[in-house]
Amino acid sequence: MSPDVIWTTVAALLTLAIFSFLYRDNAFYKFAEYLFVGVAAGWFFCVQIKNVFEPNLWVPFTKAWGDFFSTGSASMEGLLLVFPFLLGLLMFSRFTSRFAWLSRWAIALMVGAFSGLAIIGYAQGDLVAQIQASMLSLNTGSWTTSLSNLILLLGLIASLVYFFFSKEHRGVTGAVSRVGIAFLMISFGASYGFTVMARISLLIGRFQFLLQEWLPLIGITALK
Amino acid sequence: MGRLSSLATLDRRWIFLIMGLAVLVPLLLPLGVTIRPSAEVVGFHEAIEAVPEGSVVYLAADLDPGSQAELLPMLEVAVHQCARRDLKIVGACLWAPGPPLLEHTLSEIAADQYGKQYGRDFVNLGYKEGREVVMVTIANEIRSAFPSDYYGTPLDSIPMMAGIESFRDLKLLISISAGYPGTKEWVQQVQSRYAIPMISGCTAVSAPEYYPYIQSGQLQGLLGGLAGAAEYEVLNDIMGAGSRGMGAQSLGHIVVVFFIVAGNVLHLLTRRREGGAA
Repeated sequence: MSPDVIWTTVAALLTLAIFSFLYRDNAFYKFAEYLFVGVAAGWFFCVQIKNVFEPNLWVPFTKAWGDFFSTGSASMEGLLLVFPFLLGLLMFSRFTSRFAWLSRWAIALMVGAFSGLAIIGYAQGDLVAQIQASMLSLNTGSWTTSLSNLILLLGLIASLVYFFFSKEHRGVTGAVSRVGIAFLMISFGASYGFTVMARISLLIGRFQFLLQEWLPLIGITALK
Repeated sequence: MGRLSSLATLDRRWIFLIMGLAVLVPLLLPLGVTIRPSAEVVGFHEAIEAVPEGSVVYLAADLDPGSQAELLPMLEVAVHQCARRDLKIVGACLWAPGPPLLEHTLSEIAADQYGKQYGRDFVNLGYKEGREVVMVTIANEIRSAFPSDYYGTPLDSIPMMAGIESFRDLKLLISISAGYPGTKEWVQQVQSRYAIPMISGCTAVSAPEYYPYIQSGQLQGLLGGLAGAAEYEVLNDIMGAGSRGMGAQSLGHIVVVFFIVAGNVLHLLTRRREGGAA
C-alpha cells in the first residue's frame, strides 16, 4: 500500500471522526480533536523556530557576534540584533510575578509599531478612500447608476445618524435612524448569507475530498 | 398542538442529516446549475487579462488548509490564467500553512500543465512572519523581507528576480485571502500607498467587508467564496471544484432558507396557540 493511500485514508478517517460529533460527543471525535490541537501546536512551534526565530534573529545574531569576537569586525545590522534579542528575552519575565512588568517593554514596542502602521493604513486605505468613494454624483446620465448612488448615499447618511448619540432619536432624527437600522439589518443579512455560504463550502470541500480523493484511492468511484 | 410541539422540539440531528444529504446528493448526481459571472468576478478576470504578456505579478497566497475548500479553486484558476497569459508569478505567504499549498498549485499547474520553469517563470518565496510590517517591507524592497526563496536559494541567484526590487516592478497584486493578514491589510498598507492594481479572492465570510473596496476602485475585482470561484472557473472554461460544488451549494442554501422560514412560522404559530390558550 502506497504512503498516499495510507495518509489519505488517515485524513478521511479523521474527517469522519469529526463528523461523528454531529450525532453525539464520542471518543472518536475527542481523539481527532486532541490530535489536531496537539499536532497544530507542535507544527506552529516548529515553524516559528525554523522560519522566524532562526533566519530572522538567531543565525544573523550569532554570526555577527561570532565575527566580532573572532575578527573584531562585523555587520552593524547583525550586532544591533542584540536589542530585539534582549526584548525577546524580556517576554519570558512573565513567568515570574516579580519581574513580569519587564515584558511590558517588549509588548509596548510591538503595540506601538503595529498601531502606527495600522493607523496610517486605516486612515489612508479606508477612511479617506471610502469618504472619497461616497461622494457620488446623483446625475450620472444613467438612471440605474443614479438610483444606485442615491440608495448608497441614503444608506450612508441614515446609518451614520443611527450611530449619532448626541441627540435623542425622536422626530426626524428618529425616523432617519430607523431607516439606518433597516440598512444595517440588510447588511447583517448579507453577511449572514455569506457566512452560510462559507460554512456550506467547507462541508462541500470535505465531501469532495472523501468522494474524489479518498474513495477512488481505495477503489470506489463515487462520482460520475 | 401535539404535532406542532413535536416539530418545535425536533431533534437537531435530523436537520444535520437533511443538510448533509442536501450537500452530498448533488455531488453524486450533478444538478446542472447555470453559473453567471458577476461584475466583480469579470473585473478579477479582466484585471489579469489586462496585464501585458511577460510581466510579473505578485500572488499573495494568504490561506491555510481550513480555507482551502473556498480558496484553492481560486488560486488554481488564477495560476492557470497567469500561466496561459505568460505572466511571471512571484508567490509568497503571510500565513504559515500557505507555502505547501502554493507550491503544490504552482508545480501542478504552472510547471506540469503549462511547462513553466521554476526560477524563470515563477517563484515561491515561502512564508514570512510580520504581517503588515512584511507587507510594507516587500512593497519597498522585496529582498529585505525575503532574501531567499522557499528552498533557501538567494533571490539574486534566481534569474526571474533580476531587476525586481519592489512593487514598482510588479504589474498586479493578486490577494488570495483567508482573513488576517489578507486583502484588507494589503489594501491599507500597499494598494493605497503604491497605487498598484489589485484584485482579491477571499472567503465568503470576509467578502461583505471587501465590497466597499470594489466600489471605491481600490480593488478591480473580487471573488467571494466558492460561488466566486465557480464564476471565475466559468470565465476560464475550467470545470473545477467550484463549479462542481455549486449544485450542492444551491441546494444547501435552499435547505437553510426553508428551515429559517419554517422555524419562524412554527414560532409564530406556537406563540399564537399559547396566547389563545391563556
